[in-house]
Amino acid sequence: MITAGIDCGSKNTKVCIVKEGVVLSTASVLSGFDQEESAEQALKSALEKAGIKREEIEHITATGAGMEAIKFSHNTITTITADARGTYSIFPSARTIIDIGAEEGLVIKIDDKGKVKDFGINEKCAAGAGAFIEAMSRALEVDIENMGELSLKSAKQIPINAQCTIFAESEVVSLIHQKTLKEDIIRAVHDAIADRNTSMVRQIGIEKDVALIGGVANNIGFVDSMNRNLGFGLLVPKDGVAPEYVSALGAALVAQDKIGGY
Amino acid sequence: MSNAESNKEYWRWTESRYTNPDLNWKDVDIISAGVDVGSVSTQAVIMVDGKIYCYSSMRTGSDSPDSANNAMDWALDGTGLSLDKIQYIVGTGYGRVNVSFAKRAITEIACHARGANFIYGPEIRTVLDMGGQDCKAIRCDQRGKVTAFLMNDKCAAGTGRGMEVFADLLQVHINDVGKMSLEVEEEPEPVSSTCVVFAKSEAVGLLRKGWPKEKVLAAYCSAMAHRVVTLLLRLGIEEKFAITGGIAKNIGVVKRIEDELKLKAPEPSIDPQLAGAIGAALFAKALVEKERKKS
Repeated sequence: MITAGIDCGSKNTKVCIVKEGVVLSTASVLSGFDQEESAEQALKSALEKAGIKREEIEHITATGAGMEAIKFSHNTITTITADARGTYSIFPSARTIIDIGAEEGLVIKIDDKGKVKDFGINEKCAAGAGAFIEAMSRALEVDIENMGELSLKSAKQIPINAQCTIFAESEVVSLIHQKTLKEDIIRAVHDAIADRNTSMVRQIGIEKDVALIGGVANNIGFVDSMNRNLGFGLLVPKDGVAPEYVSALGAALVAQDKIGGY
Repeated sequence: MSNAESNKEYWRWTESRYTNPDLNWKDVDIISAGVDVGSVSTQAVIMVDGKIYCYSSMRTGSDSPDSANNAMDWALDGTGLSLDKIQYIVGTGYGRVNVSFAKRAITEIACHARGANFIYGPEIRTVLDMGGQDCKAIRCDQRGKVTAFLMNDKCAAGTGRGMEVFADLLQVHINDVGKMSLEVEEEPEPVSSTCVVFAKSEAVGLLRKGWPKEKVLAAYCSAMAHRVVTLLLRLGIEEKFAITGGIAKNIGVVKRIEDELKLKAPEPSIDPQLAGAIGAALFAKALVEKERKKS
């Protein structure tokens, strides 16, 4: 029994193919203008990786900001449901989930059965999302992939006062002018976005264990800032499924349930 | 597109300086000055007996004290007037504490209300100051004294900086944005994202959909107008109503604010971006008079 989950994010479209509850493959493409086309491409690439044919997929579930555009999916579920399902399958001990994507941040609380109890969402402001780090990496002329590692070299704490991404960019530029070390600025950037997200988590209430998913969880510098801010270590998916695929995995697992469960 | 064109700074608005040819600083009683160091622009205004003698308006650099000095130097340029002849200088704006030659610093809220009173007349009761990195709704009395205010300085939506981002994205010079945004036959739906970063992605999507630049600008100008109108309505509007700050020069935003409020804002006779510095110079004049009374 094979199913696929498609997560149509604002930046990337991710696909996860699952057979009897086990991940066969994952694939990601940039969410272009035509989201259905991007989903089609991501699915094709995941099928190739898994070495299976399109016809073998029995059910497709879509989730994410652009899910309505995926006409070929059998059903859609919210990001919250997908995140809860995906995270619970990886970390059954997780009771709080933090999902930070390119353009939004979510906090979800689940019970010991993986059922959603409460959630909070920021989709209005880039300051708490991956877009913030992306804008700063452009201002700093540092590849986004290198931001995490570089910030770990810093031991200095510099506050970034601006809340807004646009204003913070000017603040970063003036830090560059003041000859502040790049690694110190990058750490300040991670501390700033971590601060915004932890305050959202505190608003909902922290219940351990806490898992961090979404593309931004790949940034080890950001994870470090979050851990320092919260005072304990977050669970971050490492083996098997990367953090940005958890939502797609959740969708694929919900699809498994739809056709009779595994 | 040529390389030179792609490097063009569309956000860069025109810096300016001016001397009133009908005035002479040599035969006057009080020479006062105001310097408004904003987050994006800096203005220095020098007044003789409460009339504008000369001014400069330029971009704030990365260093506030330098920006204040540069603006003052440029304003004085060619007038024969020197800093030591100015009896009182007031600093205002975001960088007001960095005006080394100012005797006093006064908040930009007080200065904008005072400046609007000077530019638009004593019947102004509500001032909307749309600056580079913040937006303020101010209520004032017939002397330009502040009675209440609300401000947004946390978010670039509704500020000049947000408009600069759009000028750059659409490669339309910032001075032309307002006019161009009015060149639409039908008003489009406003851009739905509040955040400038998200609004920018939304605009890219609209362009890809085939929207012409003017339609995208119209959608952004009306979103921006709506955002500041919310701030005004929260404060409560009393007529007459006027707009100051750099965005007051953007006809596309001003027109849409007027339409939403169903109120007309008077046309400025003086560059409305100078309001803060004018207010500061007027406070400086009043402070000279106060000192005289004491002695």
